[in-house]
Amino acid sequence: MEFCAEPAALEGAKWWLCYLSTPKHQEFYFSFLTVLALIFLVAPITLLLGFGGALARRSSFLPLKWFGQIYTSMVRGVPDIVFFMFVPIAMDQGLEYVRHRILCPEMTGPVYQGNDFVVCTVAKLPLSISPQWVHETYGFFLAVIAFSIVFGAFAANTLDGALNAVPHNQLETGRAYGMTNRQVFRRIQLPQMWGYALPGLSNLWMILVKATPLLFLLSVEDVVYWARELGSSKSSIFDYPHPDWRIWYFAALLVFYLLLTWFSEKAFTRFRNWFSRGQNSHTGQIVLEAG
Amino acid sequence: MSCGQTILDYGLRSIGIGARLLPKTDITLCEQIVLIGSGMIWNVYLALIAVIFGFFAATLVATGKASNNPFISRSANWFIFLFRGSPLFIQFFFGYELFVILPKIGIDIPLGFTTITLETGWFTKAWLGALIVLFLNTTAYTAEIFYGALRSIPRGDIEAAESFGMSGYKRFRRIIWPTLLRLAWPSYTNEAIFLFHATALVFFSGFPAWQQRGDAIYYGNYFAEKTFNPFVAYPIVAGYFILVTLVIIFLFSIVNRRLNRHLAPERRSRIRYRPQIIR
Repeated sequence: MEFCAEPAALEGAKWWLCYLSTPKHQEFYFSFLTVLALIFLVAPITLLLGFGGALARRSSFLPLKWFGQIYTSMVRGVPDIVFFMFVPIAMDQGLEYVRHRILCPEMTGPVYQGNDFVVCTVAKLPLSISPQWVHETYGFFLAVIAFSIVFGAFAANTLDGALNAVPHNQLETGRAYGMTNRQVFRRIQLPQMWGYALPGLSNLWMILVKATPLLFLLSVEDVVYWARELGSSKSSIFDYPHPDWRIWYFAALLVFYLLLTWFSEKAFTRFRNWFSRGQNSHTGQIVLEAG
Repeated sequence: MSCGQTILDYGLRSIGIGARLLPKTDITLCEQIVLIGSGMIWNVYLALIAVIFGFFAATLVATGKASNNPFISRSANWFIFLFRGSPLFIQFFFGYELFVILPKIGIDIPLGFTTITLETGWFTKAWLGALIVLFLNTTAYTAEIFYGALRSIPRGDIEAAESFGMSGYKRFRRIIWPTLLRLAWPSYTNEAIFLFHATALVFFSGFPAWQQRGDAIYYGNYFAEKTFNPFVAYPIVAGYFILVTLVIIFLFSIVNRRLNRHLAPERRSRIRYRPQIIR
């Protein structure tokens, strides 16, 4: 806006208008989209990983079964933050190590030298000559993987429980009709499983929404980063000097997340009611009676 | 330097006893294990105090939510929504900023016989500030669990108590509360575990570690950054957390057995893992 050219002369509403539309603020608003993008990217991957984990757990092939059991139980005893710290850096080093071995076969020394992790320059990820956006996208990509792995394990727990919750006599009936194990799974267990999994999955969604500020720990420039950046006190050398306003920025984030969880809650309640129509369950009964 | 010397130097480093300087070069495995273990003192301290105080506060909030007084039940509802609906991470940041702008003078608390001066500076330190946030957070989550249990107390139990002439506090203390605890205990165990895991956030959010006195993750992160090797420090952190989680499950299952001791074995509630209440 053209009247923003002279920030020191502004007053009242105009000052606020100009202050809230600075380029930095626009990046702050954009970072809300980053959060939403993370949620919508991670959710389907989580579901896939969870399904794979639950199937692996039930596999009759022992190594796969062990893998599934380790994967599902690792989130029980260890805080998710440990994984968020560990997975991105481990992924990063793993990729760089593989590239180092392929791209620089002449360097045969160990990569861990004392307190350093040494790979050749062309194996660095992203390359040090890459533009800024590549670095940011790479960081975001690592975050998506870390989130997917952790929440995949939670989802595997939920889906495994839901598969077990399908009444056993129904499966036995299927077998009595001569269906193979695979048919029983596909035609009876799988379709019914979703009803049992829904409460757990909606919880998982809430947990995922509330875990998104942890992006900050993965050094992605997310809402928390910008709230701290913009809220900290600005001296008069800045265009828009103000005292420490971080508390207001965090209050705004608090409201954003409360709205997000509130809307999700409402949406899930509707979905659950729709899903349990005609089901012989407690909620189904309530929906039926409510007409 | 021998490992015994390392334990003497760094065993209590996280609470400011022992060597001042953290190891910077030639970091040994022993140093990592000892320092991260020393950081666990913080995690255990924060979780323990928050759970103990949160337990009683949650009982109050849950009964408040079930109250017939619309003002009380609505404020309890809002309290629960505020702390369950927003990320703990943001709560920590918000709490810290709130404590920072508190007046810089001490608050006098008259206790009758003596007066305690509460230093407001303490609120910006993790041992008090983060503890308060964790306490409020676990109170909200636990209150929701207790409220659910309160609503599933068999109607007949309460009617029987009434026909015996019990009412008010006596009925609550003898009939409602024990049943509430018994019904809520498996979920409450999960809450305690995840609150303990949530203490890992403290030193990454607003509350800065003072004189490098941090928790287990703080030191784990320190070593991972110093050695560029995450494959040693973080598994050590994970190992400690699994260990304490097992201790929590053990302690809670003892209480669970006591709460269920009057029931036939097949009617006893079991503690089962349900990943529903992490923040």
